[in-house]
Amino acid sequence: MIAIRNLSHRIGGAPILTDVTLDLPKDGITAIIGPNGAGKSTLMGLMARLLPIQEGKVEVDGLCVTRTRTDLLAKRLAIVTQRVGVASRLRVGDLVGFGRWPHHHGRPRPEDHEAVERALEAFDLVELRDRFLDELSGGQNQRAFIAMGLAQETDWLLLDEPLNNLDMYHARALMARIHALSRAGGRSVVMVVHDINYAAAWADHVVALKDGRLADQGAPRDVLTAPKLSELFGMEIGVEEINGRPTVLHHA
Amino acid sequence: MSRPLLLTCLALLGLVAASILVGAASMSPVQLLSDPEGLKLLLLSRLPRTAAAMLSGASMAVAGVIMQLLVRNRFVEPGTTGTVEAAMLGLLAVTMLAPGVPILGKMGISAGAALIGMAGFLALIRRLPPEEPLMVPLVGIIYSGIIGAGTTFIAYQADLLQYLGTWMNGEFSGVLAGRYELLWLAGLVAGLAYLFADRFTIAGLGETASIGLGLNYVQTLWIGMITVSVVTAMVVVTVGAVPFVGLVVPNIVARIMGDNLRASLPVMAGMGAGLVLASDVLGRIIRFPYEIPAGTIFGAVGAAVFLWLLLGPKPRAR
Ligand SMILES: Nc1ncnc2c1ncn2[C@@H]1O[C@H](COP(=O)(O)OP(=O)(O)OP(=O)(O)O)[C@@H](O)[C@H]1O
Ligand SMILES: [Mg+2]
Repeated sequence: MIAIRNLSHRIGGAPILTDVTLDLPKDGITAIIGPNGAGKSTLMGLMARLLPIQEGKVEVDGLCVTRTRTDLLAKRLAIVTQRVGVASRLRVGDLVGFGRWPHHHGRPRPEDHEAVERALEAFDLVELRDRFLDELSGGQNQRAFIAMGLAQETDWLLLDEPLNNLDMYHARALMARIHALSRAGGRSVVMVVHDINYAAAWADHVVALKDGRLADQGAPRDVLTAPKLSELFGMEIGVEEINGRPTVLHHA
Repeated sequence: MSRPLLLTCLALLGLVAASILVGAASMSPVQLLSDPEGLKLLLLSRLPRTAAAMLSGASMAVAGVIMQLLVRNRFVEPGTTGTVEAAMLGLLAVTMLAPGVPILGKMGISAGAALIGMAGFLALIRRLPPEEPLMVPLVGIIYSGIIGAGTTFIAYQADLLQYLGTWMNGEFSGVLAGRYELLWLAGLVAGLAYLFADRFTIAGLGETASIGLGLNYVQTLWIGMITVSVVTAMVVVTVGAVPFVGLVVPNIVARIMGDNLRASLPVMAGMGAGLVLASDVLGRIIRFPYEIPAGTIFGAVGAAVFLWLLLGPKPRAR
């Protein structure tokens, strides 16, 4: 479980997150939804000790993220950020290989190579493994970074808008993959998604943020209702039930 | 051994042979080894000179790539970002205030000044927008210009201007056994950097990615900065910095091999050694029997290559 207690964050005096208290359940997929600027990435960054915690507390499976050594946390929790940033000129295979670095610190063992192979295969990157990152398309680049996070094989995998840039095929492949992991592999995934229908189809738990505050949380069918979503995003949103799942019709 | 590394080593062998054979006093290989005068020349001058050129080239190439990964910008090196100037300022200060300090002490003070200079540069560019990569080298050039101007002013006042020239423009004609050995230490420090190759590569992915992988980012930053400062100071103190080595060599190698230092660092060191040695040999040949400093030759060629790197075609897939 990731336990978030009274978490507040300010940047230059402006409140970004206000008093967020939340438990992210272990096993399964948690989807974080909310409008642009709601504080989703900030929350992820605080959970993954990428940002210093100003007020409040975050514990990952009982480990306080500010007080636990960063190299130990790297074996428990992996994060793929929203903006992977200016890419180094690394080969895809080497980048994914660095996902294993927390486990071997420079001396890869056979199981590390196997984990890299699995991650490359899972994201259709085997043929691209010798390409340099700066010679990839946006979606391929995104997949390479997600594969690195996956190769880290941590209990917790945090993905900030992983579906960005991905085509339908690879988006579904990613969701199917992490769903399988969260079931068979006993791993927990927290992801920020903008396409509510992905949350509805795959998530076990949904967290809604608005203006830096927790707006709602619960099972998809309880959170993803027409009144709640309309309120969250400030627009009329229709929700239909298709194949037993809430489905948002936001194009009409 | 990778192919680029093999090619680099072969080229180095040829250059070493040339460097041993070429000089104002012409001697055949047999004379160098059998004739007592020849042997003396070989051991006291030609071999030390060859070693000095290679060690300074290799260690400056390594310092260059480390700086590029820490700064996350390809267009920087100690010589264009104020580190060399700061090292000179430190050296100038001890030369003026405590001329009796032994060379290792001078080197230490110079390295300390270089470290402060580099930390200042890193603090300065933190504020720059990441989407403007060319701002970083520009700020570096201005920053180094300011430190350089201050250093020149002080040197002028103290009538020590001629020193600055030798510190800034690498030259190997004065290298004799007993006067360059500090460079072995520079080579050693650069070699130790290889132990941190993975860390520097990860740091090159940025601070967030580094933290995510559990890297102690701040510690890595310091290790890199200390390596760069110590190498810079040692080269400045002994033979003088060779401009653009730290810029040109890592860029060429990264185009071919990428940024994974574990694979590319040996090639960068080898190519740095080879290119500086080649400049030195050329400098001995062009106006034979007079000499042109290696730094002048590398500076001219390196500046052209730098422009090409900035403006030329983008790297393609192999
Ligand atoms: N470095 C920063 N300086 C100032 N404000 C910031 C900074 N980073 C984030 N913010 C502000 O904090 C708020 C929350 O940002 P955050 O990135 O967490 O939003 P988000 O929910 O992830 O949005 P999106 O859906 O667009 O990714 C926004 O209003 C943003 O403008
Ligand atoms: Mg975000």
